[in-house]
Amino acid sequence: MLGMAIAQSTRDIITLKGSAALVGEFFCYAVNSILFQRGVYPTDQFDKVKKYGLTMLVSEEERVKSYITTVTSHIGNWLETGKVQRVVLVISSIATKEVLERWNFLIQTDREVTDKGILRQKSDKEIMGEIQAIMRQITSSVTFLPNLEEPCSFELLVHTDKDFEAPNTWEDSDAKLIKKGQEVKLRSFDTKVHKIDSLVAYKLDDTDV
Amino acid sequence: MDLEIAHFNLLNENAATTATEFTSPVKEEYKRKLAENLLHEVQSPKSPKILAFNRRPTSPLTGEIEQSLHEYAALNDINSSPSYRHISSTPERILDAPDLKDDYYLNLIDWSCQNILAVALGTNLYLWNAETGMTSRLMSTDDEDNYITSVAWARNGKDIAVGLKNAEVQLWDSDKKFQVRKMTGHSARVGSLAWNGQILTTGGRDSRIINHDVRAGDDRTSHLIGHRQEVCGLKWSPSGHHLASGGNDNLLHIWDGAAVSASLYSSTSRMQYLHRWNDHQAAVKALAWCPFKANLLASGGGTADCCIKFWNAQTGACVSSVDTHSQVCALQWSIHQKEILSSHGYSQNQLCVWKYPSMTKIAELKGHAARVLHLALSPDGTTVVSAAADETLRFWKIFCPPSYKKTSTKGDESGGFAHINIR
Repeated sequence: MLGMAIAQSTRDIITLKGSAALVGEFFCYAVNSILFQRGVYPTDQFDKVKKYGLTMLVSEEERVKSYITTVTSHIGNWLETGKVQRVVLVISSIATKEVLERWNFLIQTDREVTDKGILRQKSDKEIMGEIQAIMRQITSSVTFLPNLEEPCSFELLVHTDKDFEAPNTWEDSDAKLIKKGQEVKLRSFDTKVHKIDSLVAYKLDDTDV
Repeated sequence: MDLEIAHFNLLNENAATTATEFTSPVKEEYKRKLAENLLHEVQSPKSPKILAFNRRPTSPLTGEIEQSLHEYAALNDINSSPSYRHISSTPERILDAPDLKDDYYLNLIDWSCQNILAVALGTNLYLWNAETGMTSRLMSTDDEDNYITSVAWARNGKDIAVGLKNAEVQLWDSDKKFQVRKMTGHSARVGSLAWNGQILTTGGRDSRIINHDVRAGDDRTSHLIGHRQEVCGLKWSPSGHHLASGGNDNLLHIWDGAAVSASLYSSTSRMQYLHRWNDHQAAVKALAWCPFKANLLASGGGTADCCIKFWNAQTGACVSSVDTHSQVCALQWSIHQKEILSSHGYSQNQLCVWKYPSMTKIAELKGHAARVLHLALSPDGTTVVSAAADETLRFWKIFCPPSYKKTSTKGDESGGFAHINIR
C-alpha cells in the first residue's frame, strides 16, 4: 500500500517512501553544507552541484563522502518506519574531544501515513522553497556562530524509538551534549509526512560576556 | 559545567514554548528522562535510542589512518561489493579420532577459550593443546559400557563438564586434573550440555533438562520439562537471556534465562517455555545463537528435515528457512563475518559456508568420509574443527578477522576509534 505506483492526476502526492527519500537527501546536502560553511574540512575538498535551486557544496573526499552517503541513505530508509526522532550532526574538537557544535534536526512523522498508508499532498515547489530557506540559513549562520579555531571532526547521531532495530554497523552512543551551550532555532520544513525542525547549539565562546 | 541545564534545554525544544521559565509538564518529562537513563527503565517505547555509525570518517588535517577505500566500501552496507577472501578447500590439519562414537545425538567436542580442544573418544576424554600440539588424557570412565556422551568447557576454560551414558555429569578441573563434582538427576544418558556462567544446563535422553548451580555446596537444581524425547541440542544465548533446546521429538524450545536463574533459588522448579517450535520434521540437534545479532537463533534438522531455520527468540517468529538437502548435524556462526557454517551427513558429508542473511552458499568443504557430527570454533574465530564418523578431526581455516583490526589505530584522530561492536 505504501509503495503503490503513482498514477495520480497531480504530481503533488507525497508517499512515505518519497518523503523519506527526500528527507534523507536533505540531510546529505545539509551535512555537506554545514561541513563546508563551518570549515571542518578544507574548502578545496568540496565540489559545486546544483540542487534545490541553489549551488550546493558537497565533499569529494572519499571517506567523508562515503560516510555521509551511507549514513544518510540508512536514515532515508529508516524514515519509512516512522521510528526516527532526531538526527544530530556533532562537531567536536579532535584534540580535546569536546563537543563544540550540535546541529539538531528533529523529526516528527505523521503516524497516519506510516501506520495507515494515507497519502498526503503538498507541492514540490513549496517543499523545495522551505528547504532552500534552511540551506540559506545554514550559510548565513557563520555570522553568529563562533569560529572553530581548532581542527574538528564530525559525527552523525540518530535518535530512534527504543524498539527500533538498527543493523549491527550502528552502535549505541551517548548524546554528546554541549556543556554551556547556546541555541539558535532555525527554520523548519514539512513534507506533510515528515516535519523537520532544525536548531543549532554551540559552545559559548569564553570571550563572550 | 552545567550539563543538566544543557540537557534540559535540549529536551525543552520539544515543548512548543520558548519561555525560559520552568513549566511543570516539561520538568516532569525531564525527570522521567533522567530517571530512565539512570535506572535504565524502559518506561515508554517512545524514549529514544541514540545510534552512531561505527565507521567514522577520519579527520581532515591529521595523519591518515590506513583504511583503504576498498576496505571502507566493503564495510559499507549500501554499496556492498562482496569482499573476496580465499577459503582453503583442504583442511590445514587432520587428527585421528579412534573410537569416536557415531551417534547423531551426542556432543563430543568443545574448544576452550584457552585454546584447548576436548574430544571424547569412547570412554576417554582427551585434551589437545592447539598451541603445542600435545595431547593428554584428562579422564576415563571406569566402565567400558559407560561411554562419554557430551563435553562442554566452562567459560573460564579450566573447568569442563562431562556427560555420561550412566546419566551422571562430572565436573573436572583440567589444570589440576581432578574431579570437582559429580551431579546426578537424570535417569538416562546426558547427551547435551550448556554453560551460562555458573549454571550448567544438562539435557538427557530422559527428555529432561536440568540446571545446576556449580558453585553451590548443596546441589541446587531446577528442571525444565517440555521435551518428550532425548534432548540432543542445548545452547544458551551469549547474553544469557535465552536457553534453546532441541530434541529428538522434533521440538525446539526457548526458555527464559532469567527465570531459569531464579528457579535455582526458589522452590517453584517447574517452568513453562517461552516458545515451542515444531516446524522441523526431524530431530533438532544443531543449534547456534548469532554472535552479531541479538535474539537470532539458527537451528538444523535431521535426515527427514534437512533445513536450517532462523528464529527471533524475542518475537517467536521464524525468520527464514533453507533446505540444505542433507542431514544438518551441527551449526557454527562466524564471529568475524556475517556467515554461518553447517555440517552434514549423507551423502556428501560436507561443511557448507553460507552468507547471512542471503543464505548464498560461499563454500563447500569436502573430505570427510562419513557424516560430520560435531563442529567447534577456535577462540580466535578463524579455524573450525569438524569431527566425523570417519574417526577424524579436520581443521579448516575458514574465517578471517577483518583486516582493519591489524592496523594500529593512531589514537583518537577520527574523534573516536573504529571498532566492531559485537553484540
